[in-house]
Amino acid sequence: MTLALRSETLGWGKEAVLRDVTLQIADGERVALMGRSGVGKSTLLRALHDRADGRVAVVAQDHGLVDALSVFHNVWMGRLDDFGAARNLRTLIRPNTAERRSVEEVLDRVGLTGLGRRPVASLSGGQRQRVALARAMLRGGATVFADEPVSALDPAQGDALLLALSGDFGTSIMVLHDTGQALRSATRIVGLKAGGIVLDAATADVDAARLMELYT
Amino acid sequence: MTLRARDVCAGFAVLTAVAFVLADLSAVRPDPWLTLAAMGRGLLSPDFSDPGGLARATGLTLAFAFCGVAFGAVAGLILAPVYHRAPVRWLCVSVRAVHELFWALLLLNVTGLSPLTGVLAIGLPYAGIFAKVFAEYMEEAPDPVPPGVGGAVALLWGRLPGSLPQMRTYTLYRLECGLRSSAVLGFVGLPTLGFQLETYFRQAEYGAAAACLLIFLALILPMRRWMIWRLAPLYLGASIIALTLLRHPPMGDGALWRFLWDVVPAPVRTGGDWTGWLERVFVDQALPGAIATLVVAQLALAGAALLAVVAFPMIVPRVAGRAGSWVGHGVLVVLRSLPEYMLAFVFLQVFGLSLLPAVLALALHNGAIIAHLMGRQAADVPLRADAARGLTLAGWELFPRLSGNFVALCLYRWEIIVRESAIVGLLGIATLGFHIQTNVAELRLDRVLALLAVTIAITLAIDAVSRRLRAAMGGGAVLRVEGRRGGQATA
Repeated sequence: MTLALRSETLGWGKEAVLRDVTLQIADGERVALMGRSGVGKSTLLRALHDRADGRVAVVAQDHGLVDALSVFHNVWMGRLDDFGAARNLRTLIRPNTAERRSVEEVLDRVGLTGLGRRPVASLSGGQRQRVALARAMLRGGATVFADEPVSALDPAQGDALLLALSGDFGTSIMVLHDTGQALRSATRIVGLKAGGIVLDAATADVDAARLMELYT
Repeated sequence: MTLRARDVCAGFAVLTAVAFVLADLSAVRPDPWLTLAAMGRGLLSPDFSDPGGLARATGLTLAFAFCGVAFGAVAGLILAPVYHRAPVRWLCVSVRAVHELFWALLLLNVTGLSPLTGVLAIGLPYAGIFAKVFAEYMEEAPDPVPPGVGGAVALLWGRLPGSLPQMRTYTLYRLECGLRSSAVLGFVGLPTLGFQLETYFRQAEYGAAAACLLIFLALILPMRRWMIWRLAPLYLGASIIALTLLRHPPMGDGALWRFLWDVVPAPVRTGGDWTGWLERVFVDQALPGAIATLVVAQLALAGAALLAVVAFPMIVPRVAGRAGSWVGHGVLVVLRSLPEYMLAFVFLQVFGLSLLPAVLALALHNGAIIAHLMGRQAADVPLRADAARGLTLAGWELFPRLSGNFVALCLYRWEIIVRESAIVGLLGIATLGFHIQTNVAELRLDRVLALLAVTIAITLAIDAVSRRLRAAMGGGAVLRVEGRRGGQATA
């Protein structure tokens, strides 16, 4: 599968945020989308997500968590479309042991061991972000689309989780704001500035100084 | 103190179980299906063979609603600027604490079956409500008048125009309520659609009764289309003329003085013994009436909550599909447009005299309202791009996200349900209204007043508890549900 945008104008409603965008992403790439806030990274990510086929997972910027439900439920949500409504309603009321165990496994990986029964409303910002990551990991698939997936975690934890996340998916496309993290985890960097793509290069060919130019 | 929605729900479940044990829910009629089938046939072949009578009842239903709401709105507008003064506020609280039907029962003793009874029965409680709501609107309105300008000028130039749009919306909503009240006043003898409905039902003319129901729906559903503000003076003028021309049985002289004398407690009037009177009123009547009222209200609340949970997804297109959501809207709009009192009357004909008809009617009507409001909120819930669809979405995302609002809405309807539970007693169901009705029939108005006071006290107490609980749960529990609706909805 190749994701491709050809001279497209992207935006919300009638307002164009990015003009004349051409971008191709091949299987197996690890792309970092970078640029100042409001430049259109999330718009581009959404456009790519809309054009993706096959099984994909999403880590939303606002995490998309349901506060009234437990950690288990929010993580299991990643797999709801694998089952029918009747089974999903049963799981909502009474999760079985196998379901609980598979969620516990991903919770172990994101460092939330044993917190399955906690209501999400009681978690800290960093913990909530890990729940969103766990949801994507449990879902699995060919491609992951992540919008600032580790922004609330410290760099070491963030690095480890980025590695774990992209290891689960063949292709990853992530909006990142930490230049160091982007350089360490991505194979390709796409930089946005002033309504368009101004940088598109393999990570090996750019350095931190080049990335900083995106933010000036 | 903070409370979780879950704890509140658990508390309510316990209360519901207790109410269930106490309640007599038997269907007394030997075969309710027989009546139900006859009614179904009537509904399928509505009988419009008395167009004159139906047209008269329809016109008078509109006329009472217009005059009553106009009276309430004007009085409310006059009182709103002084609503912050304690005597005015208490006056308003007490007039609106008495339901329209109870007002009508009291007024029948003073003004008889004259049009004034209907207009005041709607107008007096509505005046109290309008005054409160208009005062709130004026308080919230921006105040562009420079400081130092006198209060009256500031009011007329600044606050009044600033809050006019909300006032219009709210008046429209009240007119919808007024139509329901006006129809229901027929049950105490005023010549509106309720009177026709009751007459036809008692004669088992279900086709004609169905015609009444259909006419009422045809009146209230498109109300926001025919209610054009420029035509309001015309509508009101025609209503006033219609009511002045209405012939009614004359009332003897001195009715007001007799009424005022009769409401004085008997022991004072006759120098009789207080213990007997108090025991008769409070132990024999108020206590069982209050218990039955609370039992009906509790079961109706539980039923309404259950219905709302099941029904609200049915009007969300992402769950039920576009066609499905239209069907859902159709069912809910009928259930919440028909007055609960009318529904209770119909169920009473089906199931016979027990608490069941009241519980069913109140649960369906209020459940439809809660479901409607939740469904509208559900349509506005922001969802992820990869959110589920169908019942999975309803169960996993919509309901959990709206659960706080759901509990708040139920608490908000609680007080209304208690008030209505007392009222349906007028149909013969053993709640407070039944005992009030009995005393009215025996012309013991002093007891009527005492029982009304009990009813008001219970309603106010429930309101206070509901407010407390909503505040303790915090968060999105701040709701003013009434009148905050676009489209042709009902709250």
